Amino acid sequence: MAKKLMKGCEAIGEAAIQAGCRLFFGYPITPQNEIPEYMSGRLPQVGGTFVQAESEVAASNMLYGAAGAGCRCLTSSSSPGISLMMEGVSYLAGAELPVVIVNIMRGGPGLGGILPSQSDYFQATKGGGHGDYRLLVLAPSTVQEAADLTMEAFDLADKYRNPVMILGDGLIGQMMEPVEFKPGIDPAALPDKAWATTGAAGRPPNIVNSLFLKAEELEQHNLDLGAKYRAMQSEVRCELYRADDSLDVLIVAYGTVARIARTSVDALREKGLKAGLFRPVTLYPYPDEALARAVERARQVLVTELSMGQMVEDVRAIVAGRAPVAFYGRVGGMVMTAEELAEQAEKLAAVPA
Amino acid sequence: MHHELILAGFGGQGVLLIGKLLAYAGMRAGLEVTWMPAYGPEMRGGTCNCTVVLSDRQVGSPVTSRPHGAIVLNLQSIDKFEPMVRPGGILVMNTSLINRPASRADLTVVPVAANQIAQEEGSVKAANMVALGAFLGASGIVSKDLVEGVLAETFAGRQKIVQLNLACLAKGVEIGRTCARPPSAA
Repeated sequence: MAKKLMKGCEAIGEAAIQAGCRLFFGYPITPQNEIPEYMSGRLPQVGGTFVQAESEVAASNMLYGAAGAGCRCLTSSSSPGISLMMEGVSYLAGAELPVVIVNIMRGGPGLGGILPSQSDYFQATKGGGHGDYRLLVLAPSTVQEAADLTMEAFDLADKYRNPVMILGDGLIGQMMEPVEFKPGIDPAALPDKAWATTGAAGRPPNIVNSLFLKAEELEQHNLDLGAKYRAMQSEVRCELYRADDSLDVLIVAYGTVARIARTSVDALREKGLKAGLFRPVTLYPYPDEALARAVERARQVLVTELSMGQMVEDVRAIVAGRAPVAFYGRVGGMVMTAEELAEQAEKLAAVPA
Repeated sequence: MHHELILAGFGGQGVLLIGKLLAYAGMRAGLEVTWMPAYGPEMRGGTCNCTVVLSDRQVGSPVTSRPHGAIVLNLQSIDKFEPMVRPGGILVMNTSLINRPASRADLTVVPVAANQIAQEEGSVKAANMVALGAFLGASGIVSKDLVEGVLAETFAGRQKIVQLNLACLAKGVEIGRTCARPPSAA
């Protein structure tokens, strides 16, 4: 397929189709309406079904049903809508159902605003719904990566029987960039899911459930989930940019902010400062070891996010005092400029060793 | 080559469209491109802008506070974006709707009566194409041919619209080539 210029939201939609997803359930909210809009047009063309649910709660429970029947399915929303889905997400995690959930984050808390934000990092990586569970969380930084990670998200969801979240912000949802899709998957060619509730003809019934009333059974279930989340550690992924030598400042950022940081790194290098970038692609599991190795070469660490400081807590835990960790955030839909961020990094670099 | 351009005007003037055409043409020219609309709770008739980055390397920030160029189609837009353009950058200004001269002496300024020219060619709706042409003429960043190709595909099957837009684009390119006022010695 030739390269096409597409919005991040549309690329995510098309990538889901290419991954063999034929079902979408969701409810509109800015700034991700281009995903349901795209799916509503595209799914009928490939024999799929688009359902605008009556609410986000309903959408997340429709996912439960569709995934329980073994189908690849998708929902997308933005921050307040994702909060409404959280009951369903906890159930999906509890029942070990493979689904893909896209959160194109906007500013909060509450209804907040419609402009870009990264303030749902805690919700995405630490829970959000109740109970001990984890989502596998992927944070694309370009439209091409949004497409690639969305396709992969379906494979990862199936591999671990776990919900996977694509965590983007309003910028990546709205921006257009050239994108090329990997060869599509025919849903009929996907391996059977032996656990799915597909009609028990000729076999004992399968049960998809998150209710375990016996403490011993629920404990075992939690232990099994824990083992699964540990196994997911093998999926960690990150990108290092100009961070191979010893550094005055290592900037840590994800998603669109990492691109802004990339521009800052180039500007700082031009000024003769040794700056580099660490960009986690998986936010859960977090690339702890790679970050720890990068930090060994850095005198200062600067975490930057479109939040009051969420990922910085993970970075501080990983750095564990081996280097000072500073934070710079913009919130409310305001986005830092590359110059602004470079200025912050310069101040840190000026601190004597 | 790395060029960050802001395109701004009223909603409905077609700044998002000319931004997309430029991004598409840049992609055809083998460049890395990003098109980023400023989105917000805007009202009809409000201001509207987008950023296009064209580069020979991977595009970092998709937004800019120091563009290399700006195409401004109304007064609010020149007031907002003229101060941001880097020294030596290009400012294409729609003199049909901007009743003041550019205040920067360190920019290549391209004054173009986009609305009048488009009206003479058949419809004021194509004023955006005149402005895009003027930018192409002054900057030479991507060839007019590539933009023409993208334009023809975008409006495929609507020959009258294609002709009007091509004519307006050509007028703009001519003005960009001949009427650009280079920075005065600072």
